[in-house]
Amino acid sequence: MTSADTRLQKYPVGIDSVSMAEIERRVPAGEAPPLPPNPQLAVIGKSIPRINGRAKVTGAAPFTVDVKLPGMLYARLLRSPLPHARVMSIDIGAAERHPGVRAIHVINDVVGRAVETTGQNTPAGTSGRRVLYVGDPIAAVAAVTPEAAQAAVDLIKVDYQPLAFVVDLEDARKPDAPRVFAHPVHGESFAGGNPAGTALPQQGNVRGPNKSGSRGDAAAGFADADVVIEGEFRTQVQTHCCLEPHGLVADWRKDGLTVYMSTQFTAGIRAELAAAFGLPLSRVRVIVDAMGGGFGSKSSAGNYARAAVTLSRQANAPVRLVLDRHEEQIDSGNRPATVQRLRVGARRNGTLTAIAIDTYGTSGVGLGAGIGNFAQAIYDCANFELVQSDVFINAGPGCAMRAPGNVPGAFALEQTIDELAEKLGMDPLTLRGRIDLSAVRREERRIGAARFGWNRRRAPGSDSGPIKRGLGMAQSLWGANVRTNSACEVRIFRDGSVEVLSSVQDIGTGIGTVLAQVVAEELGLRPEDITVRIGDTEYPAGPPSYGSLTTASITPPARNAAYQVLRKLIEIAAPSFAAAAGNLAARAGRISTADNSRSIGFREAAAQLPTDQIGVVASRSDDYADFARKMGDMASAQNALGGVQFAEVAVDTETGIVRVERVVAVQDCGRPMNPLQIESQVQGGILQGISYALFEERILDRHTGHMLNANLEQYKILRSRETPAIEVHLLENYQGMSATDAYGIAEPSNIATAPAIANAVYNAIGVRLRQLPMSPAAVLAALGRIPQRSGPT
Amino acid sequence: MNSFEWSSPRDIAQAAGVATTTVAAAMVSQSGRLSTDGVVFKAGGIDLLDLMKEGLLVPRGIVNLREIPDLAVIAQADDGGVHIGANVTLAQLAADPVIRTRFLALADVAGNSASPQIRQVATIGGNLLQRPRCWYFRSRDHHCARKGGEVCFAFAGENQYHAIFDHNGCAMVHPETSATALVALGAKLELTNAAGTKRVVGLEQFFLLPEVDIQRENDLTPGEILTAILLPPPAPTSRSIHIKQGETDSFDWPIADVAVALDTAPGGACRAAAVILGAASPVPHRAKAAEALLVGKTIDADVARAAAHAALQGAAPLTKNAYKLPIFETLVRRAILAVVRGG
Repeated sequence: MTSADTRLQKYPVGIDSVSMAEIERRVPAGEAPPLPPNPQLAVIGKSIPRINGRAKVTGAAPFTVDVKLPGMLYARLLRSPLPHARVMSIDIGAAERHPGVRAIHVINDVVGRAVETTGQNTPAGTSGRRVLYVGDPIAAVAAVTPEAAQAAVDLIKVDYQPLAFVVDLEDARKPDAPRVFAHPVHGESFAGGNPAGTALPQQGNVRGPNKSGSRGDAAAGFADADVVIEGEFRTQVQTHCCLEPHGLVADWRKDGLTVYMSTQFTAGIRAELAAAFGLPLSRVRVIVDAMGGGFGSKSSAGNYARAAVTLSRQANAPVRLVLDRHEEQIDSGNRPATVQRLRVGARRNGTLTAIAIDTYGTSGVGLGAGIGNFAQAIYDCANFELVQSDVFINAGPGCAMRAPGNVPGAFALEQTIDELAEKLGMDPLTLRGRIDLSAVRREERRIGAARFGWNRRRAPGSDSGPIKRGLGMAQSLWGANVRTNSACEVRIFRDGSVEVLSSVQDIGTGIGTVLAQVVAEELGLRPEDITVRIGDTEYPAGPPSYGSLTTASITPPARNAAYQVLRKLIEIAAPSFAAAAGNLAARAGRISTADNSRSIGFREAAAQLPTDQIGVVASRSDDYADFARKMGDMASAQNALGGVQFAEVAVDTETGIVRVERVVAVQDCGRPMNPLQIESQVQGGILQGISYALFEERILDRHTGHMLNANLEQYKILRSRETPAIEVHLLENYQGMSATDAYGIAEPSNIATAPAIANAVYNAIGVRLRQLPMSPAAVLAALGRIPQRSGPT
Repeated sequence: MNSFEWSSPRDIAQAAGVATTTVAAAMVSQSGRLSTDGVVFKAGGIDLLDLMKEGLLVPRGIVNLREIPDLAVIAQADDGGVHIGANVTLAQLAADPVIRTRFLALADVAGNSASPQIRQVATIGGNLLQRPRCWYFRSRDHHCARKGGEVCFAFAGENQYHAIFDHNGCAMVHPETSATALVALGAKLELTNAAGTKRVVGLEQFFLLPEVDIQRENDLTPGEILTAILLPPPAPTSRSIHIKQGETDSFDWPIADVAVALDTAPGGACRAAAVILGAASPVPHRAKAAEALLVGKTIDADVARAAAHAALQGAAPLTKNAYKLPIFETLVRRAILAVVRGG
């Protein structure tokens, strides 16, 4: 930036009511001026009910499953009933002849999993594809009714040659285990846990070790330690359980493709489908209105969306494909299972001398089960050793799920730190005060401890009766992520109405409401004065709803676009009532001089527009101070996001039932834009965290390879009666980094819950649970209360 | 789900006249290929629709019993007991003042079953006749012994939610918590056959162990309609309780449930005891040793503890469900003490 197109501005920085100061930043000329802290603002930072809340609770909000187009066909997928097999032949004759069938597509190329680098090993005379897990998609049918589509799927005759398979993580590591992949593989870190690495060794089903991320000299650090804590932790596979299933309506026409899809990333789906089908970006349109969750699993088009588009092209008609709950559970992604061996060395005063993590996990036929990012970054420790491997099993591929890697990683490390504190005779908060350099978390610990009543905490197992209460806490770490390739338009119409437009989608967290707030604040209007148009790639390309980056990415361009379009309006309207446009500002529905002596209504000003509308498109500028990391469109701010959670539990030592009675969360996300929505999101993160800690687990039958609880009946999940009292406190943490200074909250709120509960369980019963879920069976086993095989006599 | 013929008779005679088969018989296949010519009865339809949606049951016809008004009534019986029509919903039972005061265990069960939505629709008759929730049984991809196959997959597989008693050939647990309470209360069933003839059978005798018949859970014969549940009048000095323990409290199946009914003399000694374990065996399991230990004694904490221990006599846990033993022992002890203390 040259000084000609930048200017110096003073920004408020620091934690509200703790450490506020001012900092001077050099910012691009088009940036809106600095915002004061939230208490001085009219709309931003206020709790405003979501704009489509009423539509949602009355059932009026349209979800993807509600999309019905004229002539629309219904599609179903044929999926492998076997965990591992070669497809010798596929006969679609009978299916083609079934009444009402319009198109059949045999799936030969699959995405979203590891891929063998050399040859697919297809013997001549077979259709050749190996199916790798129960639920692996094989073919898709489109027909005039869902029943006809399912009937036709049932008529497809597949000749399978069954192959040996393995679905158990430990069995898969054995040298003689059946191999999921015969050749070395490559692929992305689908599960998002850590870089899957490019040229890693592969022995049997084990791919790794990947030692990237290590620093210092761990051996020397342990030699230096007064105390070493060791433990092995096991975490389970969790499925996303979006209440709205994955689905789309694909409408292929001569002039282009339109896709109505429940997705976390309209612009990304557009790019993915354009590339997959050889279409220009300008000829693909992706639309989503209301969404019922994604949690990472609706970020890409996957095999199902490709199949629906192919069927639509073949049938020359719109095709609807919606997965059922069984398909959701077996083939729409999952959070990988992990086994983590941790060693932490410390001096008597608590200073960490070394952390070593040796971990493996399974993302099924995918990659990226690593968990090291959390321990690598959260505490001050010069010596860090990380050894990570992926283990392949014949199960559906994992994919990113709410704070991938950090959720299982925090479960292990935060318990180890808790144990270290006890061994050192220190309060867990005091120890963290020594080893945690984050000023934000320091304040969060202080606030949380006071609100929670941490001083009520007693020695483990203090209760005399069978029900024992305990208190625990744990911390969170997540990147303050940004996608710079994020744009937004703001338009002012001649009648004074205003529109904000971006392809950004509302995954359910309320970004549309926040955009209305940002634009209203800048234009001196009310949120309800702003028409929000989002979730459609016809609008400027917005960010995804993942990585907790949506608010950080789209609110600065929204504010800058509003600021710039307002300057245009003021230039046009100023001569009619004031001398100098530079002196004017918008507030309370009027454009006024600084001293309020002269003003004009916003509508009157807009009436002077020479055209029906004016508009400005703005994109996300870089953070005002440098990013910590930037790779292509993606970046992370220097200040990571914190978060501290406190949990109170009651453990019935005779039944093993753990009840979470209360959770206090103190979270930060830069400048909070809409506390009501943020608190709602934090509550969601906590509930999902409790569910992960106590209930959820994918159960695969090792003899047949099938998931046994592929529904929401036997897949246990938190419901209303398991919901504790939750208190959320938001920290305002100003950084002076962008026009709004806002960051995300989705993932940070899901990280600390499970370890806070685990530490509380330890505090209750004096026994540490290193395995998830903390089911009655696990608790009773830890307490040594389960008799050996033969029952009591 | 398949298409099917539908009829909705308005009285028992009309319903009994239709040639039907039991749901259990309609679900048996030798080859894994299901019969598509069965006609079955439907009450609330909760379990029936589950089975049909999962492709486990493909009936040609459904006879809806829901429109028969006589079946939806709770009435005083001549012997001073209560006559509960088979179509009475769980919500009705949970709210009924007579059930709440005289048969607390049943009110407990009804009010804690499933979810509020399901309790509004599910009938007590359908609840007693529902098929097992074993995940192998409920999987189209596992042709288990109960569906005409060769094996029970649970023994070598994932059996954490399975039986610890009497799992001879099949390790299912009976799913209906209502049966646990009703057996403890000495309930009988009134069954009406195609000729309109009624027979009365004890609920406990109605259920069949797999060693008797592995393909059906009870003695319902083709064409028979469960028309009423009959509760004998409880002794004025008796009290009952039901405790359900799921992994979650909301909308979950029990990992263990226990019903205890005690008749205690004014002086303090126990005159009669029923201790029934649910989700422990393919049928509601009567803990006879526990009952024997209670009768004749003034029940205190030690007696309750001893009875609870005795209740697990003969238990044979599978590879992954021994954790149920301490849970059952706890529930039995707590249930006995709760009854004694009038809690």
